Amino acid sequence: MLSEEERAEIEEEATKYKYRKAVGPEALKIVQKNRRWISDETLKEVAAFLGMTADELDSVATCYNLIFRRPVGRHVIFICDSVSCWIMGYEDVRDYLFQRLGVSFGQTTSDGRFTLLPIACLGACDEAPAMIVDEQLYTMLDAAQIDAILERYQ
Amino acid sequence: MDKPLTQNFRIEEEPPSIQEYEKSGGYMALRKALEIPPQDVQRLVKESNLRGRGGAGFQTGMKWSFVPMGPDAPRPKYYVVNADEMEPGTFKDRYLLENDPHQIIEGAIIGAYAIEAEFSYIFLRWEYRRAARRIEKAIAEAYQRGYLGKNILKSGMNLEMHLHVSAGRYMCGEEFGLLDALEGRRAHPRAKPPFPQVCGLWGRPTVVNNVETVANIRHIIMNGPEWYRGLSLSGDGGTKLFGVSGKVRRPGLWELPMGISLEELLVEHAGGMQEGYRLKGLLPGGASTDFLTHEHLQVKLDFDSVQQIGSRLGTGTVVVLDDKTCPVGMVHNLMEFFARESCGWCTPCREGLPWIEKTMAAIENGNGKPGDIEMLEEQTRLMAPGNTFCALAPGAMEPLQSAIKHFRDDFERHISERRCPWRK
Ligand SMILES: Cc1cc2nc3c(=O)[nH]c(=O)nc-3n(C[C@H](O)[C@H](O)[C@H](O)COP(=O)(O)O)c2cc1C
Ligand code: SF4
Ligand code: FES
Repeated sequence: MLSEEERAEIEEEATKYKYRKAVGPEALKIVQKNRRWISDETLKEVAAFLGMTADELDSVATCYNLIFRRPVGRHVIFICDSVSCWIMGYEDVRDYLFQRLGVSFGQTTSDGRFTLLPIACLGACDEAPAMIVDEQLYTMLDAAQIDAILERYQ
Repeated sequence: MDKPLTQNFRIEEEPPSIQEYEKSGGYMALRKALEIPPQDVQRLVKESNLRGRGGAGFQTGMKWSFVPMGPDAPRPKYYVVNADEMEPGTFKDRYLLENDPHQIIEGAIIGAYAIEAEFSYIFLRWEYRRAARRIEKAIAEAYQRGYLGKNILKSGMNLEMHLHVSAGRYMCGEEFGLLDALEGRRAHPRAKPPFPQVCGLWGRPTVVNNVETVANIRHIIMNGPEWYRGLSLSGDGGTKLFGVSGKVRRPGLWELPMGISLEELLVEHAGGMQEGYRLKGLLPGGASTDFLTHEHLQVKLDFDSVQQIGSRLGTGTVVVLDDKTCPVGMVHNLMEFFARESCGWCTPCREGLPWIEKTMAAIENGNGKPGDIEMLEEQTRLMAPGNTFCALAPGAMEPLQSAIKHFRDDFERHISERRCPWRK
């Protein structure tokens, strides 16, 4: 069931657009904030709330990179795999993350702590390589710093 | 040297509040604009020769002039700021959004006034968290001070402005993809015409402008088109945010006159190559531009000059390839990006890009075959402009075709040596 707060937040968002349907992606982001990912159940609830079919909303959901249709860990690491970061040593940072977390892209650590995903250019190319953990941007990464950063996320 | 776009920047600190912004002349341009008819605002921008900073370089005043005006025009009309910035190698709009949000909001209000729009959206990619907080705050401040809402500064103008945070996709930066995303649908391009200026968001007249384009508007209104053209060293008006990334001594972002030379940008501002590295090539304006090399260092960085030598100014953010980095690997990385972000709407792009990506991977890993290069060249022709719905696929072909042209030996070596010569 959508909570009171979720409903209120979605309603508030819907006032910004001409039609209620426009709020689909945002509504999914709102519930994802609380539930970490969009299960089929959640998708159906949001669709019903917006007066859409679940299929209709799912076709929107699957178009966007940041709507998770599978469970993710408590913290999501997005590492930039685009060109400037690639030139500046992204592969070393990525490989170190793979090794440290024991997962590769799209996977979650067995303790449910981290999910690791690649992401397109974070607009920090002048300080490459870059990554985001949850909502925090980290730049000029090298493998040595990774341990200290991961420590901050339990 | 005048640096209007970055004059209020104080990196590492909070950006100017609305009071500080006003103290430095903020919202004066809006007051000025509201005193003249919208068409005159359009005319001033046209005379300034401001060209869109989102990549294609279309004349901004011209774009505005296609919007139906007056009492019989379809309504509401929309003015949309494109802050999606996902082009790899491009990082200019983030600086603008984070460091002077009111400059963008003031520019957007003036833009909306110029086309008689009642609604404005700032379409921001989710990953720009700091920018989101700052823009949100600035919009609220602008409402409080009467620059947004009903009867703005008693001029009779009404404007509702909202921040829309994307759920992530490169296609959302494409004009029509962006409008689809705002409508809550999958981001796809649409056939043109009709253009958005006539039939855009929810079928109504809409202008989409890039963040940096919008940042210029208030300065043009404040100081006039002549002053604006005078900032530039070439025919395209104004200054430009130029950036450099890769193995240079001082990667970064600078506001410089439009038309400065590539060499000046690379040597004087970016400090030249890092110790032990030499320049092999560069993308002048993000991932979807053609490689340039040494022989092009004297080119003036403006839209026409870069086009004349076979590339594009694009976003004006240079990605440098050094001699210790594999050009095939670099292009492979770019193709992975484009293949992943293709929206799948048209066949050449949906089928072609993954195929190119796999071929590039094979070459890079030492499994390339004779004939692969010719096949890649064939693909670049199949995905030339006009063969696909949007510019994503033709844009992807620009670095590929130019890499084959400039670094063909390197492609051939990978195939004949059956390995990447750059990897141990
Ligand atoms: C796939 C694709 C992605 C794009 N992404 C962006 C973007 O993130 N930001 C942007 O301003 N323009 C982007 N553009 C260009 C826009 O379609 C459009 O030309 C631009 O926003 C117009 O603004 P301007 O006239 O101020 O340059 C993209 C184009 C394509 C084909
Ligand atoms: S060129 Fe690619 S991204 Fe553009 S419409 Fe066609 S499939 Fe979609
Ligand atoms: S390429 Fe990684 S931040 Fe731009």
